[in-house]
Amino acid sequence: MFRRATGLLARPLLSSARARARPFSTDLPVAPNADESFVEAWKKVVPNLDPPKTPLSFMKHRPPTPSSIPTKLTVNFVLPYASELSTKEVDMVIIPATTGQLGVLPGHVATIAELKPGVLSVHEGNDVSKYFISSGFAFIHANSYADIIAIEAVPIDRIDPSLVQKGLAEFTQKLSSASTDLEKAEAQIGVELHSALNFALTG
Amino acid sequence: MAMAALRREGRRFAPLISPQPITAVRSSLISEEQAPLGVRSISTQIVRTRMKSVKNIQKITKAMKMVAASKLRAIQVKAENSRGLWQPFTALLGDTPSVDVKKNVVVTISSDKGLCGGINSTSVKISKAWHKLNSGLDKETKYVVLGEKAKAQLIRDSRKDIELSVSDLQKNPLNYTQVSVLADDILKNVEFDALRIVFNKFHSVVQFLPTTATILSPEVVERESESGGSLGDLDSYEIEGGETKSEILQNLSEFQFSCVLFNAVLENATSEQGARMSAMDSSSRNAGDMLDRLTLTYNRTRQASITTELTEIISGASALEG
Repeated sequence: MFRRATGLLARPLLSSARARARPFSTDLPVAPNADESFVEAWKKVVPNLDPPKTPLSFMKHRPPTPSSIPTKLTVNFVLPYASELSTKEVDMVIIPATTGQLGVLPGHVATIAELKPGVLSVHEGNDVSKYFISSGFAFIHANSYADIIAIEAVPIDRIDPSLVQKGLAEFTQKLSSASTDLEKAEAQIGVELHSALNFALTG
Repeated sequence: MAMAALRREGRRFAPLISPQPITAVRSSLISEEQAPLGVRSISTQIVRTRMKSVKNIQKITKAMKMVAASKLRAIQVKAENSRGLWQPFTALLGDTPSVDVKKNVVVTISSDKGLCGGINSTSVKISKAWHKLNSGLDKETKYVVLGEKAKAQLIRDSRKDIELSVSDLQKNPLNYTQVSVLADDILKNVEFDALRIVFNKFHSVVQFLPTTATILSPEVVERESESGGSLGDLDSYEIEGGETKSEILQNLSEFQFSCVLFNAVLENATSEQGARMSAMDSSSRNAGDMLDRLTLTYNRTRQASITTELTEIISGASALEG
């Protein structure tokens, strides 16, 4: 009888200690995981079938725009076959937009930038990692989250300079000997890419 | 020789002793062509051939399960790596499946090969439901079908609504270049206000979630961002590069389509292998159960024929003696 009493006394103390260490699931911010109007409309037309899931239910949570400028920029750098950097906190990134190199710091204004082949550099404290990316898009959100989506990316030290020179020569020659518009466009793309690669290695 | 004589005598008497059970057993186990009248010993041949074929089926389905398991391991890695690709687009443009547009195009992703459970039927059911949801005055829905199985099902009642159909997607291992060429083809040949990609998202080896991803054409994006709602703060984004906002939005929409399609195709391929694994597993288990039941029948038949033979001999012998 007394043993049970001690158990009863111990439990409320333990639970309050636990509550302070970890919040209840009802206190965490609720992320919307389904479009309500869509589910309603679906159920009206097709009541026997469950509505399909939408990407909203699989989204990772993103914080809302804070009132003061945060200290770090959170970068997501994704490629079709891997997530190179996911929610990495860095100081600055420099992205090769079509209008030139764009430096992004925390608190940057919300931007949608189209990228051209060039060097992406990620600055974290004293280390800088450079990648050569093919084109893509970059979104900078108001909450200091930067999403960079590229098709291919290689660290700069993996690029072979001799192959770059060979490729540049080959495409310049193709450009001069191109006859149709399609060939000209393809050769132009090759020349731009190889000169960007060249610039990345030297500059 | 004496035994043969006894046996011959036994045969003459056996039908008088117990005609009913023998004919009853015979009709249940032997079909007419296999057992011409006059043959006494009940044949275990039929049960034996059935057992052999069921055992072969079990071996085949077990092998198919192993093959699907190894393919699943390879493609699951690729699908999970590509999951980060669509998140930035949904973070920027939001997800609006309930958007009201005139021209809907449903891109249904399915497999080319069968024996993969019910995932293809689920995708087709959801595509047809989208068609129903978007029916009304001057609203139309067209299909773009990837994969043979969905084409076979949709062509039965919606033949004129299928704009484009693609098969043999998995002849070479899936990669982004192939999918972006496919996306380019679709964007060039099909007019749309909203694209709905219907596929099965891989959740685990036994669970696949039917999912629909919505992609809006640049005009609809502009319209929605002006009217407010989930795309309302798109205007607050500065545009870097390109001359006009609409040009950027066009490129963005096309890029979004190819990225989301790539992820969808990989997820569907993973779901296909997982579904095939569980279908083949339940099939081998069923074959095993059937084999157990057939073994029991075989033993019963064998023992019955031995008993019959003994009975005939003994009754023949006792008839001679006494």
